[in-house]
Amino acid sequence: MTVMEQRGAYRPTPPPAWQPRTDPAPLLPDAEPYRVLGTEAAAGADPELLRRLYAELVKGRRYNAQATALTKQGRLAVYPSSTGQEACEVAAALVLEERDWLFPSYRDTLAVVARGVDPVEALTLLRGDWHTGYDPQQHRVAPLSTPLATQLPHAVGLAHAARLKGDDVVALAMVGDGGTSEGDFHEALNFAAVWQAPVVFFVQNNGFAISVPLAKQTAAPSLAHKAVGYGMPGRLVDGNDAAAVHEVLADAVRRARAGGGPTLVEAITYRVEAHTNADDATRYRGDAEVETWKRHDPIALLEQELTARGLLDEAAADSVRQDAETMAAALRAHMNRDPELDPMDLFAHVYAEPTPQLLEQREQLRAELAAEAEPEGAQ
Amino acid sequence: MTTVAVKPATMAQALTRALRDAMAADPSVHVMGEDVGTLGGVFRVTDGLAKEFGEDRCTDTPLAEAGILGTAVGMAMYGLRPVVEMQFDAFAYPAFEQLVSHVAKMRNRTRGRMPLPLTVRIPYGGGIGGVEHHSDSSEAYYMATPGLHVVTPATVADAYGLLRAAIASDDPVVFLEPKRLYWSKDSWNPEEPTSVEPIGRAVVRRSGRSATLITYGPSVPVCMEAAEAARAEGWDLEVVDLRSLVPFDDETVCASVRRTGRAVVVHESGGFGGPGGEIAARVTERCFHHLEAPVLRVAGFDLPYPPPMLERHHLPGVDRILDAVGRLQWEAES
Repeated sequence: MTVMEQRGAYRPTPPPAWQPRTDPAPLLPDAEPYRVLGTEAAAGADPELLRRLYAELVKGRRYNAQATALTKQGRLAVYPSSTGQEACEVAAALVLEERDWLFPSYRDTLAVVARGVDPVEALTLLRGDWHTGYDPQQHRVAPLSTPLATQLPHAVGLAHAARLKGDDVVALAMVGDGGTSEGDFHEALNFAAVWQAPVVFFVQNNGFAISVPLAKQTAAPSLAHKAVGYGMPGRLVDGNDAAAVHEVLADAVRRARAGGGPTLVEAITYRVEAHTNADDATRYRGDAEVETWKRHDPIALLEQELTARGLLDEAAADSVRQDAETMAAALRAHMNRDPELDPMDLFAHVYAEPTPQLLEQREQLRAELAAEAEPEGAQ
Repeated sequence: MTTVAVKPATMAQALTRALRDAMAADPSVHVMGEDVGTLGGVFRVTDGLAKEFGEDRCTDTPLAEAGILGTAVGMAMYGLRPVVEMQFDAFAYPAFEQLVSHVAKMRNRTRGRMPLPLTVRIPYGGGIGGVEHHSDSSEAYYMATPGLHVVTPATVADAYGLLRAAIASDDPVVFLEPKRLYWSKDSWNPEEPTSVEPIGRAVVRRSGRSATLITYGPSVPVCMEAAEAARAEGWDLEVVDLRSLVPFDDETVCASVRRTGRAVVVHESGGFGGPGGEIAARVTERCFHHLEAPVLRVAGFDLPYPPPMLERHHLPGVDRILDAVGRLQWEAES
């Protein structure tokens, strides 16, 4: 048989039928960010929850202002303020049960405090007397993560481990818009979806990664759209609407706890202050834009709703402000005292058992400290 | 006392046995990585574990090294003891940030409140004819990262003992498996594998009087062979197998060098900025007055790992070690 005859005898078959693994339509986020305050949905919101959110928002803003003032006094090495983003911070903390875990990034001190961590301990990293001040196991709050998105796979692993142990624990992991470009963001979302891990990924899209605007960060229709590619639902929410953020996160947490797998929630918000006190935000954005966002302020939005429904009078608002002042005064008093540092702590927590090399170095430092402590001129 | 037959076993078999025994002894031990489940690993080190312990405890993960190590961190935070497999040395680099920024630092960052008892198994080194990205010796990167233990076995018994010790450790351990020794056989009793060595102890593999070869992992058998060959030239060489690069056993190494007065460090990773520089400096600082010659290094060349048909020129072999030993005749030259 000639080659041509062989070819003639060959009957190509069509490729096996291809079916998508999941119908993408239910995973897609809505075109508009979800809102509650100022809409008909607000009527269904729990008054107790709204009042609690309000108190925490006011306290949170005061905390941001106090911490920023402490950087100016040299009491904090740096403070990345979340002013303007308080609704996200507070909702993230309040939506979790005690047994759940929070995985914050460096800007999320407010969420850590709202979760119940001592305000002074939450600032240890930024003050510089150690890295993590609080006990992560006690509060079920991971250390504030400075590398971007690297804490997201930790949240996935922890939630997965909890499920393997039969515990109905949910992990909520926070990341910024810039962090969604990192490889760890991708790997974490992919692992979570494949393992159906009980995790909620919460992106606070505040418009800028230091100075780089979202348009230069991604070409996706929204960050929430990224969820579809992993096979998990994406939700888009107005990040300055505390009631909406709480509702969307609560839905996602409920779904995760019930075995429904992970969700990606993107909150559209804005960083009103600069990236940190070391940043000059006027180099990359105009005052008009900042002013527009200030008119969509999370505290004012909630205050209007509470007042309109008769849930907040001047006396109640005063009491909330007074509580915030008390918190700020206590924070100020604590932070104005110099921390007591023991240099020997440097060697205490490198390994369970120090290596012989570290033991030698520990003795070297001990001798140096002893020499320093000797009165001048002593032989 | 019953006598049990001591059968030859391979290093890969001993590692499998160590994983199996660790998983049987402690339900919190979880094995994870690409291909570790159904396939049993590309080197078959995890063979049978998924079948015996279930896919929840021996898990085929998505192909993503940062994700594998990053999720293992979260699992360790919740009280598990993950044993992660990085398929090949150069495939571990995407996980480097997790290793350096989180694995090595978590105990320190949290003042000891959040230790991470996890083991990262990395098949490393050349000599198996692998194409590029399959033969790197990355130990210097790991050694330079405080917070990690770094160990590497050279014998079948050590492979078992060190891996059990690594998994039992409350600190993260980078466990480097010399892949060209996977199929090396030793007389080792797989029915009674009781030898669990503490991490951080070197061992004298062969005693001698005229010089010390300081080495580890894949270079240990090469040094043993060189020591045998050197007898013909009148050299009686001692061979020290470090087993643990971090912590470093100054005591055993320096005791040997003080006895012999001469030392050569042998490893296949590059010499510049490599482990040998650190070891030579430590030995010199501690044994200067006992030394009859400078501490020499025999290392791989300072180049990206070569293609397989050229790797024999790169890897330190018996001849190159013997040349160095010859150069230890310092007084004669001066």
